[in-house]
This record gives sequence, C-alpha cells and structure tokens, in this order.
Amino acid sequence: MTTPKPRVALFVTCLVDFFRPTVGFSAVKLLEDAGCDVSVPAGQTCCGQPAYNSGDRAGARALAEQVIALFEGFDHVVIPSGSCAGMVKTHYPDLFSGEPNWRLRAEALADKTHELTSFLVDVLGVAPLPATWEGTATYHDSCSGLRELGVKDQPRRLLSAVDGLAIKEMRDPEACCGFGGAFCVKYDEISNAIVERKVADVRSTGAELLLAGDLGCLLNIAGKLRREGSSVEVRHVAEVLAGMANGPAIGETRK
Amino acid sequence: MSGGLTSLSFPKNAHAALANPPLLKAIAHIEETLVSGRRRATEALPEFEALRDAGRDIKAHTLAHLDLYLEAFERKVMEAGGFVHWAADAADANRIILDICQKAGARRVTKGKSMITEEVGLNAYLQANGIAPVETDLGEYIIQLRGETPSHIIAPAVHVNKEQVAADFRRVHTDLDPKRNLEEPTSLLAEARGVLRESFLSADVGITGANFLVAETGSTVIVTNEGNGDLTQILPKTHIVLASIEKVVPTLEDVATIMRLLARSATGQEMSVYTTFSTGPRRPGDPDGPEAFHVVLLDNGRSAMLGSEFEDMLRCIRCGACINHCPVYRSIGGHAYGSVYPGPMGSVLTPSLQGLEKSAHLANASTLCGRCESVCPMRIPLPKMLRHWREKEFERHLTPKKARFGLAAWRFLATRPRLYGLATRFGAWGLARLAGRDGALRQVPLAGGWTRWRDLPAPEGGTFRTEWAKRGRK
Amino acid sequence: MSSRDAILGRIRRSLGVSDSDATRPAAVRHRLAETPVNVVPARGQLPDAERIDLFVRKVGEVFATVVRLEGRDDIPAAVAAYLRDRNLPQAIRRGDDPRLADLPWEREAQLAVATGPSEGRDLVGLSHADAGVAETGTVVLTSGPDNPTTLNFLPDHHIVVVDASTVAGDYETVWADLRRRFGAGLMPRTVNLVTGPSRSADIEETLLLGAHGPRSLHILVVG
Repeated sequence: MTTPKPRVALFVTCLVDFFRPTVGFSAVKLLEDAGCDVSVPAGQTCCGQPAYNSGDRAGARALAEQVIALFEGFDHVVIPSGSCAGMVKTHYPDLFSGEPNWRLRAEALADKTHELTSFLVDVLGVAPLPATWEGTATYHDSCSGLRELGVKDQPRRLLSAVDGLAIKEMRDPEACCGFGGAFCVKYDEISNAIVERKVADVRSTGAELLLAGDLGCLLNIAGKLRREGSSVEVRHVAEVLAGMANGPAIGETRK
Repeated sequence: MSGGLTSLSFPKNAHAALANPPLLKAIAHIEETLVSGRRRATEALPEFEALRDAGRDIKAHTLAHLDLYLEAFERKVMEAGGFVHWAADAADANRIILDICQKAGARRVTKGKSMITEEVGLNAYLQANGIAPVETDLGEYIIQLRGETPSHIIAPAVHVNKEQVAADFRRVHTDLDPKRNLEEPTSLLAEARGVLRESFLSADVGITGANFLVAETGSTVIVTNEGNGDLTQILPKTHIVLASIEKVVPTLEDVATIMRLLARSATGQEMSVYTTFSTGPRRPGDPDGPEAFHVVLLDNGRSAMLGSEFEDMLRCIRCGACINHCPVYRSIGGHAYGSVYPGPMGSVLTPSLQGLEKSAHLANASTLCGRCESVCPMRIPLPKMLRHWREKEFERHLTPKKARFGLAAWRFLATRPRLYGLATRFGAWGLARLAGRDGALRQVPLAGGWTRWRDLPAPEGGTFRTEWAKRGRK
Repeated sequence: MSSRDAILGRIRRSLGVSDSDATRPAAVRHRLAETPVNVVPARGQLPDAERIDLFVRKVGEVFATVVRLEGRDDIPAAVAAYLRDRNLPQAIRRGDDPRLADLPWEREAQLAVATGPSEGRDLVGLSHADAGVAETGTVVLTSGPDNPTTLNFLPDHHIVVVDASTVAGDYETVWADLRRRFGAGLMPRTVNLVTGPSRSADIEETLLLGAHGPRSLHILVVG
C-alpha cells in the first residue's frame, strides 16, 4: 500500500500568470517530481495584496474570501512567491478579526499554505531531481518571504544540489530591491535609487545569473539590469531547480 | 525647520535629495558605521533576542499601567526634592519651561541632545521669548548654526560634511583665527569643544530630555556619548528634564534590560559612554549639581495612542535602527520627510503628531520590506502600523482618486475570474507583441513611473492559465 | 481640571480601566517592591578572577586604559606614572572620599593634589568608583559630599579607581548594592555609568575621542 499523494493546489499568482508562465510550469514540475498530485484551481486571480497594502481592507477581503473558498479543500496550497504566500499565511487571518467563522477558515488556509521552496524543503523534505546550470548565480532574498516566512536557507539548499551552479552571495542579499508594489510607480524616483543599489550589488558579485523567489522583485531587478545594459540573466529560482531555464530569461531578448 | 520642507511635498523633497550628491555620500556612510556596528554587537550577545522579548514585555506591562507608574514616578521625584509638571501638548510644555527659565532669571540656557524638544519646537519658542538656548551635542550644535533640524534622531548632522562644518564655524565663531586649520574632524571637534565649554560653564539653566524615567526611584536617565547631557545638567543652577509620558519604566532592572538593547541597536556600541541617573536636586553637602530639578511630563498625543492600533509605537526607545536600515531613508536622508522624526518610526509617529492630512505620503513612501521591524529592539510591528495609516487614509477618502479608481477596477476584475482571464490574456498577448523579440519594453503607456527608470520585461505570451488549459490540465 | 488630571484621565480612558480595579495597583506595587530581574547575559557570570579579567578586557575595547594594582598604597605612584607617561603636569584634583584621601600621597612629592569640585581648569581628575561592571567595562560613580560629579566630566583626563572586589558581572548586581547602601527606591543625586572616554561621531561619522567630557579614561583596578 502506498500512501496517497498529497493533493496540492498551486496558486500561480497574478504576476506569474501574466508575465512568466514558465515559473508556474516549473513549480508544477517540482511538485509532481516530489510526488504531489497537483491541481491549478480555475478561477484563481489575485491574493488581494495590492488592495491590502493600499489600505483597501474591503477590497482585500473580497479577494481573500475568493481565495479561501477556492483553495481550502486541498491538503496544501503552494505559491511560487514569498509575498503572496506571506499575504495568505500572515495577513489573511488579520483581515477577518471581527468574524470568527471567516477567521477560522482563513487560519486553516494559512496553516496549509506554503511558499514553494519552503514547501519542498520544510514540508516534503525531498531533494528535487537533479538539474544542471553551468555558472555562477547570486540569490536575492525577497523581503516578505524572508521576513514574514523565514525563507532563507531553503532556496540555497535546493540550489546547492544543482549541477555546475555556484552561488556567490551579494554583500547584502537581504536588502530590499525597491519594488514594493505600487511604491515602485508612486515613488518611482526613490524606488529607482533603491534598485540601483541592488543592481550594483548584483553586478559586483560577478554572477551571471540573479535568482529570487518573487516575480515582483525579479521584474524590477531585470528591468533595471536591462536598462543598464547588463547581461546578467534574471530568473525565478523554480526555473533553475526544475531544469526549465533554457528559454529566454526575464526581460531577455528572444533568440 | 528643515529648510521649510513639509511632509506634504515629500516627493519633491525626495527629488531634491536625490539630486544632492554630498547628502547621498553622507548617508552612504551609515552602512559601514551604524548598520555593520549593530550587526557585530548583536551577534556578539547570545541573549540579544531574549532581551528584545524582555524589552517588549517591560514596555507592554508599563503601558498597561502607565497612569500608575507615572504617579509613582511623580511621588518619588517630589520626595527627592524635585518638581513635576504635566504638559498636555507642545504649547503647554514650552510655556512651563519658559516660566521655569524666567523664574530662575535665566539669561543663558544650554541643551543636551533631545528629540522631544525638537518635537515641541522649544528652541524657537524660547528664542521668541528672549532666551537663546545653545545646543551642546556636537551634531545638534552644527545644525543649530546652520538653522536646520536634525536629519536623524541619533546622528542629527549626518547630512553635513566636514567642509560645511568648517565653513559654519568660520562664519559664526567670529574670533576664530582665519589661519587656523579646520580641515580635519579632530580640529573641528577641538574648536566646538572650546566654544561649548564656555557655554556650559556660564549657563543658568540646563535642559535635557530623558531616555528613561524610573518609577522606582524618581530618576531620569540620559544616555550620551559626548557627555553633553551631563555637563548640561551638573553645571547650571537649574536642571529641566522634558520627557514624554511613555519614557517611564518600572525599575532599575528594567532600565538595565533596555540599556542592553539601546546602544547596540543604535550605534553598535555595547554601552553608550555615559548613562546618567539624576534624582532630584543636589543633596545637602553635595559640592556640585543643580539646585533645582524639574521634570516636565509631556503627553502630546500619546495618551490617545494607548489602546489604539498605534499603541505598540509607544514602546519606541528612539535608537534609530529602523531609520538606519530603511531603504527609503538610505536613499533620501531625513529632511525629505518634512517631519521631526524621519524614517519608519517617524512615518508611524508623525501622522499622530501633525495629522494624517499633512502626512499621508509618509505611510505610503515605504516598500513595507519589513527590515525596520526585523531590527527594532522593541519588536514594534512598524510595517503593520504603516498599513494602518494607509487604511485610515483610505477610509477617510484621502487616498488619491487615481489610486482609488485603480483599486476599484482591480477588485472588479479580480473578482470576476472569466473576465479577468480574458483581460489578462489580451494584455499579455498585446505586451508580448509590442515587445517583439526584444523581450522588454522601454516605454509602456500608463506605466511611466516604471519605464522612466527601468525596462518592463515583456510577458512570455500566453498567460499561465491559458497555457495550462491548452495542455488539458486542471 | 489640571493638566495632570486631564492626562491621567485620558490614559485611563484609553486603557479602559477604572479606579476601582485593585489588581492594577497591586501589580505595580509588586513590581516596584520586588524589582524582578529580567534577562541577564551569561557573559559576566564568572568566577572572581575571570570576571575581573573580562572587565579589564572590556575596558580596553572601549578605548580606555587600565592598570592593575596590588594594593591601595600603589595608587599615588600609578597616578604619577600616568601623568609622566602622557607628559602631563604632576597635578590632579580629587574629592574628599576617604578611599582616596587616606592614601600615601606624600610618597609622590612632585604631585600636587587639589580637592573639591572642578571649575573647568583641571587637566586631570581622580575619582573612586563604587563598582565596575564586567559585562561592558563600565565604571559606576555616585555623587555625594566627597564625590563631585564635575570631576567626572570637566578634566581632560579622568582617572578612576575601582576596587577589584566591587567588579560585578552585571548591572543588576550593582543595583542591589545601591539599594543596600542608599535604601530601597533611593538614589544619590547623580549615578554615572561611564564606559570609555567621551566620544562623538557627529562629523561624517568619524569616531573622535574627547567630545565634551574627558579625552581619556584611565582605570586603576586595585586588588
């Protein structure tokens, strides 16, 4: 008798859905390789973080209710983003402080929701199938994943198993990249100053590849590197782990 | 004021700061001094995290019993022969202090470094009433000469370089030999030390803030590295302490716990050079010390923060760690905030002090990266409180119309999955086509804030959901 | 209504508490009477000899200098040696503290010893600390008729005598001692915890010694 496969729902996130489906497919591959029965519930859109961080509690709640209803029936919910996972795990329960029923449902969902790399390492405890990437990479710790969920060692541990890949740390991998959701367009000049420092740190490592676990940060950093004419490739960590880093990198010219 | 800057013009202030290379160079030092100092000091103390918990618990207990600890503190000050005055707001505090100065016949007043006197605008008030106080902390002295406000709560002149200080000294210290070399920080310090020594020795009243008020003993505690707070209080006949009500802690043990957090978080020192407990005026037989000791307890909005979503902010010990680690502060410095307190702690505190209408930018000008909370010795959830201000702004319809419309549109779309699917499919396809083989866009309609500074990486083409459906998956 | 009553009233309203709640005053009385100890770093919890070694090491880390002496009678010679080493005139000012007064000053014939508070014209002040704290290399000085506070701040050089037997591992031990000497809840007018010489980093964050207080701090550990 084999134990039944854990039923995992993938919440791809609005940014991955729109900009970088490869990240979603990489996540599916990693989860299936690890023995999960993966579903992608139709009807998923956004976790509500933009509304929540803009002070629009009602808007955030409306989306949170939608997410809870859609995902609560699975064993686990996995999200290839620290900030969206942080939203579900740490902020959803706060949104329903006045309503015990919703709050219980939010807490139940929070308990079984995980950021992708921490799900692989902390929950499944399996090593992904070997992948290869020749060269040096540096890893940016996205803020919410790092500080709300404690995602720090998990991606590095997974990357250490990638053939040919060497990690060269930045001076300050934990420094914010300046994305911050609406912040990056509302206070674009400050956001630019912050991402300039991040990109300088990335470039000073000499790494050919910048990895992170959040597409918001990746779009911001890739966009800045492109504007500066840098050839550093930018990818979501899942792409490299799943061996799906063959196509153009984020923002890279198609061949 | 900080060059007349207000929080209302925050984006403009930030723009000017970003075009000010000496300022940017000065702020850049924070990394190798204060930030790395804190890292070393906290790593060298295994109990640091436990101390943070203890510090939070001390303040939480004290705030829950604030009325009683303030009464206990007042009683002990009076038993030691001191006076306690209660000030509801800045105007009250200024009036009380002026009155004490006038009754003491004060002509010369020295001040130790204190953010609370900045908060109430004491210098301007005393000056308008014929008393010109001399700031004695070196950084405060420099910015007083420059007619500026502090740009950092523990390093008030962090934005000024040594050439500017030399020029200011030559301008104000009129008997300074023009040939005197003022190129190095050491010679600048020697010059300031000489001038300020005169002020210390001739002062009639000394005014300090307090890092702690100890209910157990009626002591006020100040922490400095220079000794300015000490010379301010032991030489004049009258010592006035202005402190806000949340500075009270129960016991000496509680001071010890928070002391262990304060300097490490602020500068990376294990202990600041001078931690001084002052209890009442000089005692019979004492050869020195002030003859009169006054404590002015200031509310200025704190009592209203109790029991509110901003209560945790009252745990703040003004170490500046959140400021030093803030990516926004590190980009623009302190003056751009247009408020007395800059950085994350300032952005939480300022709307309570000057009203949300005048401060709405501050809570929004944050990436919510959370580094402030992760270094806060008192574990204050600063991002959460910044979000609370955003919620209040939204509730009161202070959020800009464009942003409100955007949020409403997003909600409309994101709660209608089919429509959302269509719209995103069309959008991703369109942007990908627009980018062509280039993979990124240099300009995108309505995304000027993004593309002014960076390319927009193009979508791959189809959305994940359409590609997934194409594979016949669920 | 007075400002006092208004502020206290607002605090009570915000906290949602009433005067009749007896548990709150009891909690406050208890804490003030029992003065519970919170987290104390293990760093200073050492046997005597190692604790004093830690103190000496920590004093050095904060840019102060330190000399260990076998007995009190060695103090005058150590003071004179310090002045000689720094090319300072053989003159100091100290308080009337018997721990300093009853020393064989006559052995240093060249040394001029003035007493009483400083008015800002002394190059060197000598004080006796009540305690040392090994945890951070801190000395604890209290004010009193024989111990002017001005001596701790006005002279350019501050020499502080610390009895090795009073070097505690942590601040909490010092507080307990203060309570024994002055009474529970009572303090001398001024208690100075001094950790190194005066310093400032207010000009371009460059660390400089001797901002307003002493440029150098020299500690004599006796015993």
